[in-house]
Parts: sequence; structure tokens; C-alpha cells
Amino acid sequence: MVTVIHEDRETEIAAARVVGEGLWLSSADVHRATGWTLTSEGLCREGACVPVPRGREADVIRGDAVDLAAFWRHVGHPVVRDGTGQVWVLGTGAAERARALRSLLAPDFALPDLDGRMHALSDHRGTKVLLVTWASW
Amino acid sequence: MDRTSDAARPWIEAAKPSYPCVIDQDHRVAELYNMVNVPQAVWIDETGHIVRPTESAGAYEGFRSMDRTTRKVPDEVAAITSRAKRTYVDAVRDWVIQGRSSVHVFGPEQATAHLTLPDESVARAHAHFRLGQHLLRRGQESAAQAEFEEARRLHPDSWNIWRQTAAVDARGLAAGPEFWARVEALGSRRYYAPVDMEGMPD
Repeated sequence: MVTVIHEDRETEIAAARVVGEGLWLSSADVHRATGWTLTSEGLCREGACVPVPRGREADVIRGDAVDLAAFWRHVGHPVVRDGTGQVWVLGTGAAERARALRSLLAPDFALPDLDGRMHALSDHRGTKVLLVTWASW
Repeated sequence: MDRTSDAARPWIEAAKPSYPCVIDQDHRVAELYNMVNVPQAVWIDETGHIVRPTESAGAYEGFRSMDRTTRKVPDEVAAITSRAKRTYVDAVRDWVIQGRSSVHVFGPEQATAHLTLPDESVARAHAHFRLGQHLLRRGQESAAQAEFEEARRLHPDSWNIWRQTAAVDARGLAAGPEFWARVEALGSRRYYAPVDMEGMPD
């Protein structure tokens, strides 16, 4: 059982195959884990597609299986895995984070309060928001 | 930004805030907004736009002259610390009342100029931190610590990462000898980045 962590998702995938730094998933599992869909254009989401790395098609796609880790790194995102290969984080690269901040649109997020109730930044659209961080440490 | 809700709970309950307090164990907000310390703040207007990007929220460098035994700072430093906090709170109040015409609100060009942006090491650090947090929740402490060490190595400017993963004292603070040594090692570099705000002590 492999756990794939990506943005707000944490997905358990039984049929994942780990080969060193490679994480092979079915196209259905790629979608479950990331929201991205494998099409003939490559990996696509909301109308945007990342084409399969040119000349490396066979390295990254074999039948219905995709090396999602290779794809992710190819797009410029960090991929980290634990020692056992059972937990993977598909991170987000600095370029994308910077692009989001440069748009000056405050990136949305949802986090729980002490009672476990989720609050999203976007819940407060229409009001000024002072987002302040604090810690008990 | 805290290890668990339980760590934050007594403080939040004592404060009885009238606003939502959410628990960010995995530093998702720090990652999105490129934050490195607490308290840091972002001002977001009614349309969801950033009008003041991530900055120190009225905190002052004065704690560095604290007597470690008595935990007191010299009076003149305490006065500046109060002034810094008051200046920030007054600015927020001014924004609430004046809205976009507050002198403290940045237009798009100024806001962009005040952004601090992450680099690839920082992005990678956050991925390791996220993994570490997951492993910690699964009870795999030493595997988690290895991830935290890597996160610290990749993002040395992040006090959030360092302090949340450091040993804490009886009060729950990561304020032991290692913390102070790391603060000393800053030399003339700032623990809290200076804030570009009218009236803010430097």
C-alpha cells in the first residue's frame, strides 16, 4: 500500500509499483491521487496539459501505467519519498508558488479549527482578512 | 502553525478569539505564502487580493537582548517592542477604517515589489517537512526526524521549520540553548525581517 500526498489529498493506492525513484500507477490511480488525467496529449487538468517528455515516452508510460514521479519531476516539481517507498510527496515547485504570489491573488487553503471544523480563506471573500501566524513553540 | 491542536489548544482557549483560529500542522500556509517565522501576516482585501504580502507582524528584534535567566529585556528595549506592536495594530485598524486609501495599503506594483519568493530549495524543504509530519503522525519518529533535518538543511531561513521540530521546554517553547545559539549565529542578520511601514521602529 502506497500513500501519495499531493496538495490537500492523501491517497492510498494498493496497486502502485515502486521502482527506485519511480512510482508507477494506473491512469485511474493517477487521477485519484492528483486530479490529473492521462490523455493522448499527456497529463491534463482543467484544460491544461503537460506533454509526455519527448523521446522519453517509453520511460514514463507503459500501457496504462505511468511513472508519476518521473512526470512530476519533469514538470519541475519536487518529489520526495520515504525510505521504504511507501509514502510519497508530490510537491509543488518554486516557480508555480512564485507565479501564484505574483498574481497577487491570495492562495486559497482550508484548515481545521480546534473542533476539527474546516475553514477556507475563500469563505471570507467580501471581507478584509488579516492572516496572521502564531505558534505555541 | 503547530505540532498538534493540543499544543495550540490552551493558548487559543485562553485568548477566546472572536475570529477563526486554524491549525496548520504541515505549514501549508507557510508554503503558500513563503513564510519563515511567527508572527508573520498578510493583508488580503475584500476581493481576495494581497495588499500587503508576508511580513513580520509587529514583532521586534528586541528579544535578543533578553536576560536568559530573568527573561527580562532592558526597559528601553521593551518600550520599542511595545511601539512596534502598537504601530502594526494601528496600521491594521487604519486599513479597516480607510480601506484602499489607507497609506499602509500597497497598490499592485508596490505589493509585487514587497513579495519574497521561494526558490527550489525552499519548495523541496516543504515537501520533506510534509513527509516528516506524515511519518510523525504514523509514529515513525526517527524517519520523521530525518525528513525534518533535510527540510532544515534546505530551508535554513525557516524558523518555523526549525522551531517546530526542535525540543521544547516545560512551557512548550523551543527556546533552549540550541535556539539561542542559532539566534546568536545570525550575527547582524535579522531574526524578524524589517517591515516597510510608516512609524515602525527599525
